[in-house]
Amino acid sequence: MRASRWPTVDLAPDGGPWDGMIPHSMPTHSESSQAVASRSATPSPEVQRSLLVDMLRVRCVDQRMLKLQRAGRIGFVGTALGLEAALVGAGRALEPRDWLWSGLREGGAALARGMPLADYIAQMYCNANDTAKGRQMCNHFQHKGTNYPSWSSVIGTQVPHGVGAAYATKLRGGGEVHSIHFGDGATSSNGFHSGLNLAAVWKVPAVFVCVDNGWAISVPSSAQTAAAGFAAKAEAYGIPGVTLDGNDVLAVLGGVSAAVARARRGEGPTLVVLKTYRMLGHSSSDDPTKYRDQAEVDAWAKRDPVELFEALLLSQGVLQAGERAAMEARLFAELDLEIHTQEAAPPMALRTLVEDVYADVPRHLRQQYNRFITVAERLGHAQKGDGAFPL
Amino acid sequence: MPTLTLVQAVNDALKTAMRRDPTVIHFGEDVGPKGGVFLASDGLTKEFGKARNFDTPLSEDGIIGTAIGMAMNGLKPVAEIQFQDFIFPAFDQIVSEAAKLRYRSGGQYTAPMVIRTPYGGGIRGGLYHSQSGEAYFCHTPGLKVVVPSTPEDAKGLLLASIEDPDPVLFLEPKALYRQVKGEVPEGFYTTPLSTLRTVRTGKDVTVFCYGAMVPVCSKAAEQAAEKGIDCLIVDLRTLLPLDEEGVLEAARQTGRVVIVHEAPRFCGFGAEISAMIAENIIEYMEAPVARVTGFDTPFPNTLEHHYMPDARRVLDAIEHVAKF
Repeated sequence: MRASRWPTVDLAPDGGPWDGMIPHSMPTHSESSQAVASRSATPSPEVQRSLLVDMLRVRCVDQRMLKLQRAGRIGFVGTALGLEAALVGAGRALEPRDWLWSGLREGGAALARGMPLADYIAQMYCNANDTAKGRQMCNHFQHKGTNYPSWSSVIGTQVPHGVGAAYATKLRGGGEVHSIHFGDGATSSNGFHSGLNLAAVWKVPAVFVCVDNGWAISVPSSAQTAAAGFAAKAEAYGIPGVTLDGNDVLAVLGGVSAAVARARRGEGPTLVVLKTYRMLGHSSSDDPTKYRDQAEVDAWAKRDPVELFEALLLSQGVLQAGERAAMEARLFAELDLEIHTQEAAPPMALRTLVEDVYADVPRHLRQQYNRFITVAERLGHAQKGDGAFPL
Repeated sequence: MPTLTLVQAVNDALKTAMRRDPTVIHFGEDVGPKGGVFLASDGLTKEFGKARNFDTPLSEDGIIGTAIGMAMNGLKPVAEIQFQDFIFPAFDQIVSEAAKLRYRSGGQYTAPMVIRTPYGGGIRGGLYHSQSGEAYFCHTPGLKVVVPSTPEDAKGLLLASIEDPDPVLFLEPKALYRQVKGEVPEGFYTTPLSTLRTVRTGKDVTVFCYGAMVPVCSKAAEQAAEKGIDCLIVDLRTLLPLDEEGVLEAARQTGRVVIVHEAPRFCGFGAEISAMIAENIIEYMEAPVARVTGFDTPFPNTLEHHYMPDARRVLDAIEHVAKF
């Protein structure tokens, strides 16, 4: 099953199983392996600049969302600060026809693949413009137009979904690839095991992208497994596993592109581990100072993916001094316009309480709603369009 | 019309669906060349190839999880869980994912799929080849739960489940797989979900049942008739969404109700029927509702014939409510 051209290689110097609170180890080099690097030419200057814009967009959006959360305008934010290279590099490795199956923090990858900013902000507000009809808590994005399916908060369940969808693609003879994202914590879940196992046995066109950001809420990656890194797990399933520097957007783009190409050629799935670092808490409700050492955070701050990439582009003359600030100003302008639009959107109609449980609203749900709306109307909670269903 | 056993009718339904729709596929543990442990998928690999009827690794969570993804990407998967007792590794995928996908995505994504699984006692299967877990799943909005009791219904309801736009848990009463035979129409037809089947008309006592309890209740009704009690027997056949109006109408007709299921009593499906009657039509009732059920114990082995309701226990309850 294992392709000889794709040996199981662990590129980051993990140094074997980690012990206790040893800090989440950083890759000491940003080069990917020969096997990966040889498959990707350096992108054109224009593509490199657009990668930077996509990374900056993730950062700008996070900044605004945190502000809105602290102002009480939205309920919850899980930021991607520090993960911009991993998300944008992996997202941009896909073609429009490919599917991206989301872990917890793939909103930035989805934006990079064309999910409209309006959909993103509407979902954060859970308002009437939200395509999920306000039913999911914040940060649970979806966008059918770019093959970015709805995902649940239950860790790892999306892994077999992507594998099943990839089976359907294979059966149809379609050329699309399913890129299935998850975090370090998910490698301990049922879905990871069943998903990788079935994908390998069925040899489906899938890529498993593990965004190892060092922390599953408060549990470090070192306490998640006794294996020598997450990529080592691939060997047990008979598929290749590679680790990439997740803070190097070109390494991520090149490595994931190679795995996608391999899947598209019909050679089966690959596990790609992107080693990176979650700079902030798990979410706006989490205080990471309770469980991790600031020195570790500071060390990773020196390898900030945006700063690294900006410096690279400046040094190569692809970017001029001051251009980043102009890019950010444009992004903020676009973002603030959208925030104002979504801020004004109404909440969901009350009827959505009982819709979309089934294709049609069954009689017992129409009855339950009608009893409820009688009271809501009496109390003045109902709006136009909230009226009773015919029975 | 050919005469088939219930399991043959299931097999006929699968072949019928797969012949008319190339997106229908069937998979699970040992369902390939072996044809399933009860032979429900006998001959499917031969006719449709191993891409459309195939064995999976031993991974219930993976079977249901991948079925969801297949359904999201244009296939109509029918996944077999070998025994309903083995479904719990997939409980998360069924309850958290399949059942909630349409709702959480605002209708953007759906999981039209069928989970077939043999359930219930009567084959000396002990704790882990005998359970009736319908109540766990009926507590999950977004799922449909279907239980046939005749070969004709097994085919018609399974075909309707495969056609349905929502995820369906199709519980096959394994005790009846070869115990009941009946005429089954050839070719494609559907029996609508969320409809009741009147097994026997009667004016004195209404008996609600489903699955393997239907023949048990029919036998009890015959014995009751000899004692002058005329029973109306209703096969619920879709537990979720239930035809609540039909249930209330059947209960009103006699004002005396017995509910029979082999699952444990506490929080069992009968409790919901009883509550519906109490909430909506208490003024029509002439007697307290009686439930005949399995015990609130794990499923036994050698004593299973005492655990499962039989005609004598059902008759006793019928007589109790008739005389009240």
